Amino acid sequence: MIAPSDEIQLADAVAQATGALRIVGGDTRKPGRPVQGTTLTTRAMSGVTLYEPGALTMVARAGTPVDEIAALLAAEGQMLPFEPMDHRGLSGTSGTPTIGGMVAANVSGPRRIQSGACRDFLLGVRFVDGRGDALSNGGRVMKNVTGYDLARLLAGSHGTLGVLSEVSFKLLPAPEMQAMLLADIDDEPRAIAALGAALGSAFEVTAAARAATAPGGRAAVALRLEGFADSVRYRAGRLQEVLAPFGDWQLVDDQPAVAGHWRAVRDVAVFHGQTGDVWRFSVRPGDGAKLARRIRGVSAAADIAHDWGGGLVWARVPEGTDLFGCVQGGHARLVRADAATRDRLGCFQPEAPAVAALSDALRRQFDPRGILNPGLMS
Amino acid sequence: MELPLPDPAILDRKAAIVARLRAALPGGVVLDRPEETRAYECDALSAYRCAPLAVALPTSTDEVAAILRVCSDEGVNVVPRGSGTSLAGGAMPTADSVVVGVARMNRVLEIDTDNRFVRVETGRTNLSVTGAVEDLGFFYAPDPSSQLACAIAGNVAMNSGGAHCLKYGVTTNNLLGATLVLMDGTVVELGGPHLDPAGLDLLSIVCGSEGQLGIVTEAVLRILPKPEGARPVLIAFDSSETAGACVSDIIRAGVLPVAIEFMDRPCIRATDAFSGAGYPDCEALLIVEVEGSEAEIDAQLGRIEQIARRLDPVEIRRARDADEAARIWLGRKAAFGAMGNISDYMCLDGTIPVSELPTMLRRIEQMSAGYGLKVANVFHAGDGNMHPLILFDANKPGDLEKCEALGADILRLCVEVGGCLTGEHGVGIEKRDLMPTQFTPADIEAQMRVKDVFDPGWLLNAAKVFPLASSAGRRGAGA
Repeated sequence: MIAPSDEIQLADAVAQATGALRIVGGDTRKPGRPVQGTTLTTRAMSGVTLYEPGALTMVARAGTPVDEIAALLAAEGQMLPFEPMDHRGLSGTSGTPTIGGMVAANVSGPRRIQSGACRDFLLGVRFVDGRGDALSNGGRVMKNVTGYDLARLLAGSHGTLGVLSEVSFKLLPAPEMQAMLLADIDDEPRAIAALGAALGSAFEVTAAARAATAPGGRAAVALRLEGFADSVRYRAGRLQEVLAPFGDWQLVDDQPAVAGHWRAVRDVAVFHGQTGDVWRFSVRPGDGAKLARRIRGVSAAADIAHDWGGGLVWARVPEGTDLFGCVQGGHARLVRADAATRDRLGCFQPEAPAVAALSDALRRQFDPRGILNPGLMS
Repeated sequence: MELPLPDPAILDRKAAIVARLRAALPGGVVLDRPEETRAYECDALSAYRCAPLAVALPTSTDEVAAILRVCSDEGVNVVPRGSGTSLAGGAMPTADSVVVGVARMNRVLEIDTDNRFVRVETGRTNLSVTGAVEDLGFFYAPDPSSQLACAIAGNVAMNSGGAHCLKYGVTTNNLLGATLVLMDGTVVELGGPHLDPAGLDLLSIVCGSEGQLGIVTEAVLRILPKPEGARPVLIAFDSSETAGACVSDIIRAGVLPVAIEFMDRPCIRATDAFSGAGYPDCEALLIVEVEGSEAEIDAQLGRIEQIARRLDPVEIRRARDADEAARIWLGRKAAFGAMGNISDYMCLDGTIPVSELPTMLRRIEQMSAGYGLKVANVFHAGDGNMHPLILFDANKPGDLEKCEALGADILRLCVEVGGCLTGEHGVGIEKRDLMPTQFTPADIEAQMRVKDVFDPGWLLNAAKVFPLASSAGRRGAGA
């Protein structure tokens, strides 16, 4: 295991590598086809190097624990706006999620549907490419169109284009109050339609999901509202009127209860400790119910949860089930399975040949020796 | 500004190239008579102009692909063009290039309010995207000042912003998918109505690549439900520094306005005289706008005013209705026209960390005195995107050069304090040679390697973005 403690050591480690490197942050996910190689972790490069609450910006070294950053921001009444998921419960791992790993996987949570993904709040990166060159792109300001946006290209590239050493983010004020509206809507298409109607309203719903919060639990349709207390109550009231045709909406404003519900949705708690493989689908939100039907067509026992208004679909199915064929628009990803299954099926939806050719060529440009997480995204 | 010399071999073959393009396309698509191409000799950076070899105005993605196949085969440079409103020379042609303008491709292809997106052809103007969905209660958020004229194609190419980015982000945050035609004519679909990419996020690198990676002919854009209402408050201060401090205090207090706009005295005076907005007599003013129901708006404006009062403002003027809101915005929206009315000006576009605003304003004042050129400041303060306007006299020999030198000094200072050269206008030809102040040679090389993948022959808008010396080995004889 190589654990460089700064960017110079990281650049040396990559430049001197003689074979494949398995790049990890906190190693809390098993994100793709298994990589055989020397493990290189960024976790020893840790610490927040700049935090300006009045400018809503923060810069941190890649190995900084996400929890440490969240606590620092919370003390100033701010937050990472995209609510990154913690994969440990779902993956059964025990590492410490890092901010670099979060960027490398573009990890976003329930708030993504309204405020944007991890990549949307990423302002800049420093990274080391496969040649061992330390590079910089973007910066620490909110509006920046100087040169190509390599920072966002790096987000979600799972270490295959470069190893992140530092990331900077736009932050948002944390809401004064959170509340949620819950409804029991049995019919899945109708539930998804309710989520869509809420998201299409002017009342700034910051999360819209249909998921159980514990194994075996009943899937609740839930909408989250955030902001100043008066505003939250007003919008909740208006939504109860507008969405009345879908059912009765119960207002929950107990803060720990609301936070706990959305943490469970974020981390897909309904699958924790349950056997089987877990798939994640990203689709047009209104297609969430149709996709669920197709998944059940392949595996009748599938356990399914919806977030992002229906656009994010989680499915738990027996080990070895191949769900790539269920996709009609959007894509599937195998996020939890044993190494043999991940190796056999691959974890990423195959792309159109012209798109795949561009992606492969980009990887060759950034990593000509093919040593950075080779094959992981194939 | 240095512009590459045209490739004489291409100029000599003009007739043959035009004939090949005409053969591949329906009548009326290819223009090559001087009186036809003149309108395409410059964009909004009108100090620099050069008529292209020919202009093609395709009406479909297939036609764009056909044009690029011919140009690729002939080794002819291509300059993509939306509406030609670039302030950075992004659509400025060279004499040996074919301008490919998408203005005739302006249809709305799909409106899906259930999934909150529209699919449009990219010649469509920014404002008319909102126009297509506002009756349904939706809008398209990025709102560059040129939104009446500018095309989505240019917005995607430059990753355009606007006044409301603090809350809604810029183009890249509102672009879900794109149809991209590569220089060899290959048509690629990137993204779509779903919310994240299957593999590498190629859409993110295409957005903001200034037309150097391909021509985007269709875009899937996120639309948002219109808020119930929006109203601003105008806050006047007797110093720019206090106004800067107020911006930071508002943000820290947990209020998230949709816009925080800043104007300094020279700008206030000029716009007030021009628009009759009736702005207070002060050193600096902020226009802070919030959204929501009437009660929500009043509550947020109340918080903002409370913060501002601690800083002893000259005046606080809250808009109580739509008319008063329009009056407050009147001067700000007229700012560029007003400045143009009193002088020639160059509009800069650097971004700085918000905390550096007071320092930056002070240093600009010093530099302005040093050069003997007036600078007026109007900008999006919430996100640090500054638009210093340098006033000069285009008819006075040497004044443009002096203005450009002052502009370059101001942009270098933006980088020095932790910001960047351009926040929303793009690099184009204008800031190309300043790139090394922000990037190392290795950083620039890494970006050029991306272009190598999408456009190996370096035919697409090739003389832009990167310093000519850096890209010389990759560009062909002409570009």
